[in-house]
Amino acid sequence: MTSLEEFKKEFTQAGIAVENYQFSRAFGDDVILMPKEDLLKVFSLLRKNQKFDFLMDICGADYPQREKNGGKRFEVVYHFFNSKNAQRLRIKALVGDGETIDSALPVWRGADWFEREAYDMFGIIFKGHPNLRKLLTHHQFVGHPLRKDYEADRQQHCTQSIPIHFDNEPGVDGNILNENFVPINIGPSHPAMHGTLRVMAELDGETIVRASCEIGYLHRCFEKMAETHPYNQVIPYTDRLNYCSAPMNNVGYCKTVEKLMGIEIPPRAQALRVILCELSRIIDHIISVGTGGVDLGALTAFFHLFTYREKVYTLFEKLCGARLTVSMTRVGGMAQDAPDGWFDEVLSFCKEMRAGVDEITKLFLDNKIFIERTQGVCPISAADAIQWGYTGPLLRACGVGLDLRKVSPYYGYENYQFDVPIGSAGDIYDRYLVRIEEMKQSIRIVEQVCKSVPTGDYTVRLKGVVLPEKKDVYGNIEGLMNHFMLVIKGLRPPIGETYDATEAANGELGFYLVSDGSANPYRLKVRPPCFAIWQSFPTVVKGALIADAVATVASMNVIAGELDR
Amino acid sequence: MSSNSQTISPVASPVTSSHVKSSSGYSGTQDINDMSRSFALTTKLDSIIAWGRKNALWPMPYGTACCGIELMSVMGPRYDLARFGAEVVRFSPRQSDLLLVAGTITEKMAPVLIRIYRQMLEPKYVLSMGACASSGGFYRAYHVLQGCDKVIPVDVYVPGCPPTPEAVLDGIMLLQKMIASGQPRPWRDNWKAPDHD
Repeated sequence: MTSLEEFKKEFTQAGIAVENYQFSRAFGDDVILMPKEDLLKVFSLLRKNQKFDFLMDICGADYPQREKNGGKRFEVVYHFFNSKNAQRLRIKALVGDGETIDSALPVWRGADWFEREAYDMFGIIFKGHPNLRKLLTHHQFVGHPLRKDYEADRQQHCTQSIPIHFDNEPGVDGNILNENFVPINIGPSHPAMHGTLRVMAELDGETIVRASCEIGYLHRCFEKMAETHPYNQVIPYTDRLNYCSAPMNNVGYCKTVEKLMGIEIPPRAQALRVILCELSRIIDHIISVGTGGVDLGALTAFFHLFTYREKVYTLFEKLCGARLTVSMTRVGGMAQDAPDGWFDEVLSFCKEMRAGVDEITKLFLDNKIFIERTQGVCPISAADAIQWGYTGPLLRACGVGLDLRKVSPYYGYENYQFDVPIGSAGDIYDRYLVRIEEMKQSIRIVEQVCKSVPTGDYTVRLKGVVLPEKKDVYGNIEGLMNHFMLVIKGLRPPIGETYDATEAANGELGFYLVSDGSANPYRLKVRPPCFAIWQSFPTVVKGALIADAVATVASMNVIAGELDR
Repeated sequence: MSSNSQTISPVASPVTSSHVKSSSGYSGTQDINDMSRSFALTTKLDSIIAWGRKNALWPMPYGTACCGIELMSVMGPRYDLARFGAEVVRFSPRQSDLLLVAGTITEKMAPVLIRIYRQMLEPKYVLSMGACASSGGFYRAYHVLQGCDKVIPVDVYVPGCPPTPEAVLDGIMLLQKMIASGQPRPWRDNWKAPDHD
């Protein structure tokens, strides 16, 4: 770990004047506020010294009040991560309306879409970015929706689809198609595009000469909705980020709010959350592997795998009544306790699932057609994957054993026995290999938790955080008052900001939360794992066959809900 | 189709023939001209076509979001939409007659949805699955279309976020009843394509 003092020393040694810098610690995170002119110098230094290998997230934040007081309106926030020691650093720079800020693209390739998103949402102009155009909103949209002066419900209609276009390259305008090649458009309504993705490509025969992605077809304004809803009402919205493994998003969000409020949840709530997360990981991988099979022409495997998913749905239904979008967590713990005998049912499911995973292995990994279609197809090297910001199974398929459950354990993951499977080639086969092995490891974890579930309460009992029990609300005046106050005033975390991440099914799911002390989040930025992965798609499939590109889409397991938010 | 006649199902033909037998007092040797009475049934052409249509819906799953995942369950082994004659999922709108809008339709997606709907062949039906597709749901937001009926005519709305598979099956059965009874569909007849490309 490098302390802020050491950073100060290193910067000075490299000839960077740090007088105007602000070094601070906020809720356990290191934060450096620096002038925007120095950003690129500092980024290069951080990379050269190998302090941070990941640029996890770039986002904007709007503070119109500062502009009125003569300051600069926007903040650009960079989140760095070191996979060796799990250290995180947040670097912030101020930028005024209409001013430019240097693009981080020369240092980190993965900055591409994150900067485009900040431009789309806030109108922050990144100097040196070759494709600074809209990313999530449609091309006829006027304005920047995450600015505080844009009303949350002001819709603008789109009357045309955007035509086929590509990214600009040096000397090549992306909007001009090459007459020598066949342009092809796939999606957004196409079975291989999983609903809402859109890929455009130019083909020479069956080979992809260049490709590009258009996203935002499921941009449901999650971040704006979070700003207009109280903290606990944001939880159902988080369900719909990665809807294949909804409980994981609940947990990630609640964990972030709890970090900001300094709440330690009881052991039983932790155990319940771990079970929910690992069951979700299993069913998420089921969707990924099953639909991956469909895209390669194996429909039977999908139907077979779905029987296991239905079993988990039944468990969720018994737990809380919902099948898919469970919204089971609350800030401070869980919404309710598990019913009698639920843990035994989970254990018997684990037994069935073990047999299921063996079948899946036979159906896919030992299948000659599957091997031929996936081995050695569209591989990505570990160094490239880190540059793009890959996390989760895709990064591990490249041979990097990064798992937040191991490097910065939470909820007692350090006490459970499990392995982190890694691949070697980084190709499509290894991605499925890792996912299927992860299902086995998740079963191991769930079994360990279920066999020793701690007794005690399932939530904290703080009057400003959790609603009192019904018997107190109806039974005594204090309970009634606490209930009334919490409903009327809402949950109010202290003024401040924090970033917290969990290992979701697709990789690092991060939440950057800014609180102004009111009942709604001031800013909530999600760092979705597949956003960083999907931006690499045009590069990964360049030179591959069009059929291999379809296999690549499936193996990346891009979930539009969290991609577009 | 506006037939109000009683629908007689061909599978019930033995019952029909026995009924015919008793009511006409038929007995003894069979005349060659009466052969038809032992297996034929009478109905209106509209009804028999409607019967065929309702039991052979070819759905086009327009799954955009969470509802799309529940739609997979509807198609999957436990709930099995095939039992209702609607298992031939087509991803080409030109081969399907039931559009299942499953998931949030954003402003960016609206022109695509209209184009897909227009490409479908007549007669075509639309089922809006879930709160988002029906009304925008809890996304009262700048980039979300407040219901897919803003741009295409919807026959059946299935509530829920996402609806349970049972609810979707119920919606499909409702649509089948609608097709069988030949109920007028003014929302469909009066629909004008929005001024889009």
